[in-house]
Amino acid sequence: MRKLVFAAFVAVFLAGCSTQQTQPEAPIDDKSAAGAPGTGGAATSGLGSGGVAGAGAGAGAPGAGAANPLRDPNSVLSKRSVFFDFDSFVVKDEFRPLIEAHARYLQQNRNARMTVQGNTDERGSREYNIALGQRRADAIKRMMTLIGAQDAQVETVSFGKEKPRDPGHDEAAWAQNRRGDIVYSGE
Amino acid sequence: MRTLHRALLAILVALLPFAAARAQLSIEIVGGAGTTIPIAIVPFEGEAGFPLGITGIVGADLTRSGLFRLVDYAGMPRPSRAEDVRVADWRARGADAIVVGTMRPYPDGRVEVRFQLVDAGKSTVLASQVYTVGQAQFRATAHRIADVIYQALTGDAGVFSTRIAYVTKQGNRYALLVADADGHDPQQIVASNEPLLSPRWSPDGTRIAYVSFELKKPVVYVQSLATGARIAVANFRGSNSAPAWSPDGRKLAVTLTRDGGSQLYLMNADGSDVRRITQSGAIDTEAYFTPDGGSLLFTSDRGGSPQIYRLNVASGAVERVTFDGTYNVTPRPLPDGKGMVYVRRDGGRFQVAALDFATRQTQVLTQGPLDESPSVAPNGKQVIYANEQGGRGVLAAVSIDGRVRQRLASPAADVREPAWGPLPRQ
Repeated sequence: MRKLVFAAFVAVFLAGCSTQQTQPEAPIDDKSAAGAPGTGGAATSGLGSGGVAGAGAGAGAPGAGAANPLRDPNSVLSKRSVFFDFDSFVVKDEFRPLIEAHARYLQQNRNARMTVQGNTDERGSREYNIALGQRRADAIKRMMTLIGAQDAQVETVSFGKEKPRDPGHDEAAWAQNRRGDIVYSGE
Repeated sequence: MRTLHRALLAILVALLPFAAARAQLSIEIVGGAGTTIPIAIVPFEGEAGFPLGITGIVGADLTRSGLFRLVDYAGMPRPSRAEDVRVADWRARGADAIVVGTMRPYPDGRVEVRFQLVDAGKSTVLASQVYTVGQAQFRATAHRIADVIYQALTGDAGVFSTRIAYVTKQGNRYALLVADADGHDPQQIVASNEPLLSPRWSPDGTRIAYVSFELKKPVVYVQSLATGARIAVANFRGSNSAPAWSPDGRKLAVTLTRDGGSQLYLMNADGSDVRRITQSGAIDTEAYFTPDGGSLLFTSDRGGSPQIYRLNVASGAVERVTFDGTYNVTPRPLPDGKGMVYVRRDGGRFQVAALDFATRQTQVLTQGPLDESPSVAPNGKQVIYANEQGGRGVLAAVSIDGRVRQRLASPAADVREPAWGPLPRQ
């Protein structure tokens, strides 16, 4: 338990640090953010929302993992990445169980919110790749909402080719980077 | 802990100017050219009395354009006024034109800079100007003189007084910088631990729109260069990207996914009055206004592969522009409205090409293999773009006829996403 508490403390500290560092340096008059549905807390607030929404157990302590199925390495819910073929946004059969599990989780936890982040490999226009990554994220979301997740629970965004998991320049790296990632609000 | 945060942040902020200084670009000509204009630039009378000269910068500007070569003045008399130029002697040296001038300090510390451009063939004065400036404006004055000479001898506006914006990446640190067109004086506009991309100058050069991932998703900001103040003009549910200014600076076209799929929207430059302007089930993105403001060129895969289309903003009518090949993206109209540059993929190789709208002729300008993000100089004569060398992002420039090539390298960072700024207001 002591270790868990320490781990939680470290996690909170690190989250605090990263939040601090990504604070924009220019003064911001963010007029559209307030009126934009669904964006307010989905992506940025790591701490104020008190841990994983709707997780039932863990009482908002981000480090208390064992009771949280999202963090249980034996649960399919801890699997978060869906990989795609070249130039494709078709969800392959091998990733259906993963997506179905998350969709059921959203169905059973109506307060849970997630972002699906689409990614592409490094080839081609940066802006066009943002649109291609969006299409991958949207394909994952579409499957989830068909199964029972609600539209408002899933925001889809794209990182295009800007945040490669593997920085290499070969097919093995590209295969890692053609990907959609599932991130729950508060994580 | 908060104090520790503040201390860390203070250290980071204190380090930023050094990071920016390292990001200065050096520019060299790496290939070229057909004919060049031989020009003699005689050191100005009185110039030796100042630590930073002017004629050296003028010569460097003109040489870098690839359209001029400097004629050696060693052993020649050094006239400072047009009437003292013995054109026959300079013609014998091979010069088509001669630049002479004076620099005289005023008691208040300012300096009067006077120059004349002499045609060695006709023995006439082609251009002359007088500037009264502080020494801090010597670089800017030299660029203005180079602009006047360039225009007088080529007929096109010079772009030596313009600025370029670009993004650097050092480790996981991203910065958007603005520098003079010769790479000098880079100024950091925004920095982030998350990607920055698609910087776009407002037509009057006072603001830059860009995409930042700092909110863990693409959001479009518009930032004032003078004050650094900015607004998130597009932060809707989903992804927000690909800003493009209307020529009057009042509107932005952006790509939003808030209604599902990547579609084009038009909004006021403050983010108000958003309306959707494409209704396809396909990807529509990276729009760019034509110079008359009546149309948008954009990339869409509505025909099965990414191709460039033109949207009439008033009528909504769309026509396809590119037909050759299976990947034609990133349209950038030329300032005269008669053509565009874009990126095409040919056998896995990404290259910058130019298309003439009337003749439908395409000319490939660059060799690839990973060329992207072209941006056209405001005189339409050069294109700056990003590519990769040795696994590192670098910038390069090519003349619109494909003949003159420059490399713009930074010693310490990946450089990408160049955007050529507008001509300065006179």
